[in-house]
Amino acid sequence: MDRLIDSTYTRRAFIGRGLTLASAAATTPWFLHASARVIAAQPGVIGSRAGVPDDRVLVVVQLAGGNDGLNTVVPFRMDEYYRARKQIAIPKNDVIRLDPKLDMGLHPKLSGLKKLYDDGLLSVVQGVGYPNPNRSHFTSMDIWHTADTDATGDGWLGRYFDNECSGKAGGCEPDAGIAIGNEAPLAMEGRAFSAVNFETADMFEWSGKGLHEGMSDAYHGIVDTGVTGGVDEHSNAAFLMRTAMDARVSSDRIRATVDDARVNKYPRNGTLGKQLAMVAAMIRGGLKTRVYYVTHGGFDTHAGQGGSNGKHGNLLGQLGGSLKAFYDELGQAGESGRVLTMCFSEFGRRVAQNGSNGTDHGAAAPMFLAGPMVRPGVLGTHPSLRDLDNGDLKFGVDFRSVYTAVLERWMGADARKVLGKRFREAKVLRV
Amino acid sequence: MGQSTAANADPMRAIEGERFGFAEARHLLMRAGFGGTPEQIRTLAAWGPERAVEHLLDCGATDAYGWPGENEFDGTIIKPLKQVEQREFKRARETQDEDTVARFRERRQKMQREDRKQAKEVQRWWLGRLIESPRPLEEKMTLFWHGHFATSYRKTENSYHMFQQNQLFRSHALGNFGSLLHAIIHDPATLKYLDNIMSSKEEPNENLARELMELFSLGEGNYAERDIREGARALTGYTYRGNDFLYRRGRHDTGVKRILGKSGALDGDGFVMAILEQRVCAEFIASKLYRFFVGEIPEGKGQAAQGVRRFVRRMAGTLRGSKYAVRPMMRELLLSEHFYDAEHRLTKIKSPAELVIGAIRSLRTPTRSLDILNEAMKLMGQSLFMPPSVKGWDGGRAWINTSTLYVRQNVMTYLLTGVVPSGVGGGRGGMMRLAGRKQRRGGGEDRYDPKVVLRGLGAGTGDIERAAGELLTFMLGGEVNEERHGALVAFAREAEGESFEHILIGMMSLVAVMPEYQLT
Repeated sequence: MDRLIDSTYTRRAFIGRGLTLASAAATTPWFLHASARVIAAQPGVIGSRAGVPDDRVLVVVQLAGGNDGLNTVVPFRMDEYYRARKQIAIPKNDVIRLDPKLDMGLHPKLSGLKKLYDDGLLSVVQGVGYPNPNRSHFTSMDIWHTADTDATGDGWLGRYFDNECSGKAGGCEPDAGIAIGNEAPLAMEGRAFSAVNFETADMFEWSGKGLHEGMSDAYHGIVDTGVTGGVDEHSNAAFLMRTAMDARVSSDRIRATVDDARVNKYPRNGTLGKQLAMVAAMIRGGLKTRVYYVTHGGFDTHAGQGGSNGKHGNLLGQLGGSLKAFYDELGQAGESGRVLTMCFSEFGRRVAQNGSNGTDHGAAAPMFLAGPMVRPGVLGTHPSLRDLDNGDLKFGVDFRSVYTAVLERWMGADARKVLGKRFREAKVLRV
Repeated sequence: MGQSTAANADPMRAIEGERFGFAEARHLLMRAGFGGTPEQIRTLAAWGPERAVEHLLDCGATDAYGWPGENEFDGTIIKPLKQVEQREFKRARETQDEDTVARFRERRQKMQREDRKQAKEVQRWWLGRLIESPRPLEEKMTLFWHGHFATSYRKTENSYHMFQQNQLFRSHALGNFGSLLHAIIHDPATLKYLDNIMSSKEEPNENLARELMELFSLGEGNYAERDIREGARALTGYTYRGNDFLYRRGRHDTGVKRILGKSGALDGDGFVMAILEQRVCAEFIASKLYRFFVGEIPEGKGQAAQGVRRFVRRMAGTLRGSKYAVRPMMRELLLSEHFYDAEHRLTKIKSPAELVIGAIRSLRTPTRSLDILNEAMKLMGQSLFMPPSVKGWDGGRAWINTSTLYVRQNVMTYLLTGVVPSGVGGGRGGMMRLAGRKQRRGGGEDRYDPKVVLRGLGAGTGDIERAAGELLTFMLGGEVNEERHGALVAFAREAEGESFEHILIGMMSLVAVMPEYQLT
C-alpha cells in the first residue's frame, strides 16, 4: 500500500538539482527528459493500453452549487413542470428545440450547446444521480469527487493517476493533471498523485528570484531538495516540500503555453471562458496533461434565479458560449478529436420552486459530454415529474456509469480498479 | 516517579512552569494569536504559563483597539425601497414602463457601487486590526467565528451588515456559544446569506435550518431531514429591516413543530434551544476549536488518536459544564500539557491570515499596502468577509496547492522587500527596491530594517553564520537544519559586497520559501 508513496518519495529525492547524472542515470524519472520518456514505454505508462492513443485528454467542467437541471434541459410538454414553477419556468416558446420528436429542449441561453448538438459534438445524459441522494453541497460534491456514496477516500481521477503511474519509477508527472483556479479539487487528489493548479500563469513563479543573482541558485537548492532527510513522509512538512517541488517543476512549461491563450474569442463575463481558453492553449501547446479541471460556480440559486433571463440563464449562457468557443478553437487547431469534455453538478434542484423565486437542493440532473467521440443526442429518459422521491427527481443513470465509460473507453483504464466496483457502462461514447 | 500510564493519566494535565520556555511561549503566541517579536515571546516565557494565558484570555484588561473611523462606517448606504416606491416599481414593471424601471435599476447599481467601496474599507479595517490589535486572541476567535458562521459579502452585498456581524463575533469572542447561536439567527447578514428573509409559512426556505444544524452546531448525521423541514418552519418570518432584525408575525408559522425530539409552537429561539440541549453540540464545537487551535483529530484506534479524542471529550465536558461559556474551556486548552506536546508544534499549516499577519507581527515588516495584502489573501484562499461557502475555510492541507504556495512565497517577498508580485495590484516583479513607496497611512517610510529582529534575538550584527542560525530558529522554530543553514550561508557568500541589511533580507526571503516556514 505504501509503495506508491515510497516511489513518489524516490522520484522527488532524485529530482534535486545538481545531483550528479552518474548516480541518477539508472533511475532518472521518465518525465524529466523527452527521450527518457520514450525509452520508458513500459507497462503502466499512461496510454500504454493497446489501441488507446496516449494523447487523449479529458476536460472536466464542474458546475458548482447545484445546477437546476429542470431549467437546463426543459421538459416543456409536462404540465407538472409549469405548475410547480409558476414564476421561473421556461415558457414553451423560449425553449430551444433539439429535435421535433423530443419532449424536452434546452434553456434559451444554451444556444452554444445547440450548435455543438447540431454538429454532432454533444451528448445530453438525462436523469443522472446516485442512490439515497445527499442534499448537502459539500457531501454531494465529495460523493461525485470520490465516486463513493459515503463520500470517503481519494478522488476518482487521483486514483486513476495512481493506478496508471504505479508501475513507473517516480509516479506521474505532477502536471499530468491540471486544475485551473486557486483551489485544488478533491477529484484530482490521489494517494500519491496530486494535480497542479494555478489561477493565472503570471503568478505561477517565485518573485524573489530577481532580488539578487544569488537568490535563484539558493531557491533551487531549497525547493528542489524535495523532502529533506528525517522528515516523516506522511507529515504536513513532507506534503509542503513535495508541493513546492511540483510547483517549481511545472511552472516553466505551463507559463510558456498559457501565454498564448486566446481569451478574446470566449465569453467575457464570468471566468469559465478564460479558464477554457487557457486549457485550449495548453492543449495546443503540447503539454502531456491527461486531465484538465475547470469550475463554473454560482449555481446555488435559492433566490431570484430567473427564468429565460436572469441569474441562472447567465450562467448557462457562459457555459454554452464557452464550450462552443472551446471546440471552435480546438477544431481549427486540429486538436478536437483528442479532447472529451464532461460537465456535471453535485445535484439538481427541487421540482417545485420556493417562496424566493428560487429552487432548493434536489437530486438527479442532466450531464453533458462534448467532443467528436461522444454518442451525440439526448440519452436516457427524462425523470418523471409525477413519480418523485420527497419532491425530488429520481435518477435513471448512476454517475459512476458515466465515469466507467470515460475511464474504459476514453482513458483506457480499468474502471473497476479505479472505482472499486463494476458499474454498468453508460453508452455515451462511440470510440 | 509518577508512573501513570497514558491511559489513566489526566488528559487535561496542565503544563509545569519550568517546561514553559521560549519555544512554548512562541507556540502559544502563534496559535492563540498571530505570533510575536522575540521580546514579546521572552516576556510571556518569563511570566510563566498561567499569567501568559490569562493575559491572552482577559481581553478587557488590555487597551481597546482604536482604528480611525471605526465607528464611522455608514449604515445607510443600502436603502431599501419605501412602500410607496415599491408600489411604483411594481407598477412600472407590470406596465412595462421601461424608463421608471431603468431609473430604479440605476439607483440600485449606484448604491451597490458605493457599498462595494465601503466593503473594501471594512476589509482594510479588519486586516489592520488583526495586524495591530493588542488583544490577539480576541481577533483570533473573531476569525474563528467568522469561519464557523461563514457569511460572504458576495451574497449579502451589504458592507455594514458584514461589519455588524464582525463586531458580534468580537463581542462573543470568548463569551457564550449559546448566546452567539441565538444571536446568529437574528443577524441580518446571516439571514440574507442563508436565504431566510423571504421564508414564509406558505413557502419555508430550508437553507438556514439545514446549515444551523449541519455546520453551526451539530454536524451531519446528528439530525434528520424532517428536523430540517420543521426547523425551517420555526424560522419563518425571521428577516430584517435596515440594519435590525425584524420578526414578521404574519409570515411566521405558529403551528406545532417537532424538532430534535422537542415539540411545541417553536420559533427560531425554541429551535436553537432544542439544538443546545443536544449532547453532541458541545462535542461538535470542541472538536472544531481543537482543529483550529491544535490540529487534526486522528481517526483509528491508536493510542495517540484515543488520547486526542479523550482530550476533546474533556473540552466538550468543560463547555457543557459552563453552560457553553467558551473561556473556561479555552483556558484549560491553552494551559494543558497536551497543547504544548512536541507532536502538535510546528505541524499545523498556517492559514493565510496567520502567514501574513504573523510575518508582520513577528518580523516587524512594514504593512505596506493593506489592499495588496487583501488581494494576496484572496489568492491564497482566505478573503476576509468572503469565505468560499457557508462551510467556511477547510484549513489544513486544503490551503496548500501549487498555486497558493507561490502566492505564499511571493507575499513574503513583498512584505520583506516591497516587490509587488506579478498579477497582484498591477505588479510586474522587478529588482529589489531599496527606497520603497510611502506607507499608506501612519507616515514613515516602508523600508524594512531586518536588524530589528536580530537585535531582539540578542545576536550582534555582522556575523553571518550566527545570524543565519538565529533567523532559522526564530522564523521556523525548532532545531536548525544544517542543509538549510548551509543554503543561507552560501547565498550570503555569493552576495558578498552587498550591505548587511541587504543580505539579511535576502536570507529572510529564502527562509520564507522553505516549505517548513508554512508550518506553525
